Amino acid sequence: MHSFGYRANALITLGVTVLALMCAMASLSDNLNFPTPSAQVQVLNVNWFQKQRNGNEEVSLTLNISADLQSMFTWNTKQVFVFLAAEYETPKNSLNQVSLWDGIIPSKEHAKFLIHTTNKYRFIDQGSNLQGKEFNLTLHWHVMPKTGKMFADKIVMTGYRLPEEYR
Amino acid sequence: MEWIRESVDSIKSIQFRKTLSQAVNLGLILTSALIIWKGLICITGSESPVVVVLSESMEPGFQRGDILFLHMSKDPIRAGEIIVFNVDGHDIPIVHRVIKVHERQDTGEVYILTKGDNNDKDDRVLYAQGQHWLQRHHVMGRAVGFLPYVGWMTIIMTEKPVIKYIIIGALGLLVITSKD
Repeated sequence: MHSFGYRANALITLGVTVLALMCAMASLSDNLNFPTPSAQVQVLNVNWFQKQRNGNEEVSLTLNISADLQSMFTWNTKQVFVFLAAEYETPKNSLNQVSLWDGIIPSKEHAKFLIHTTNKYRFIDQGSNLQGKEFNLTLHWHVMPKTGKMFADKIVMTGYRLPEEYR
Repeated sequence: MEWIRESVDSIKSIQFRKTLSQAVNLGLILTSALIIWKGLICITGSESPVVVVLSESMEPGFQRGDILFLHMSKDPIRAGEIIVFNVDGHDIPIVHRVIKVHERQDTGEVYILTKGDNNDKDDRVLYAQGQHWLQRHHVMGRAVGFLPYVGWMTIIMTEKPVIKYIIIGALGLLVITSKD
């Protein structure tokens, strides 16, 4: 009853149980946080708008992305992954989501930002449906904790429109 | 002569009962582990409810050795979700983020492109020859939660199988020599 084996076993079991409980509580504490994020995106310029040889249209944009995601950080947050997606509908596809830019916010200090950039990932349609297309720009974020459950949410910004003609 | 044979018989029968109860105990431990594993598969709806992160392609979010909890629901797959998928012909699952989604009006079939957060290029180079998109049947689950560092045991056991044999041998020895 008091051999080394028994004692080691009891100690390790207790240690693992306590650790698991602490991780669960840390994750649950994230539910007490109610974030109030804000974001704004401006399309400064449509750099070019072409149809590729395979029939798919592609557009290049220059964007100003500004956001304040500071309220999302808790003591259990490791990083917030944020990305901007263009979302639109075409006759063939009920939903298209194309990620234009993404970034990693490692800490609260970096969570309020203004980025001036061209799209990091190519905005290519499946087909040629983009002329004069109205689309939404949605800022998505993914809160990745130090341990436990991950949270994701988004802000939808509407009212953007692509030009009617190629340029 | 008689009593020698009697005492030998009694000793043999005690040994036999003890060994049998130890074997049953071991069987109970193994089958309850199996029940928990299969139960997790049922609850999460994914063939592989827990995976270990093997590469650095999702750093700094997921490091090598973290474990991910997966869940697969009928909800449509959307950009930003971290999914685990298998490429045809490879059996190591890949954990990356969805960056492009095209969903068909008529069939609801979805075409997905993924990319690791820490990679420069998207995953087209990883897909099978001629394959440009992933579809729902490639996806094994969505990552919903994670625990850091816990998966290192699995990585060590996979990369240095010697350690796996040592641990199994030690456990076997422990079971046989335990007093009860």
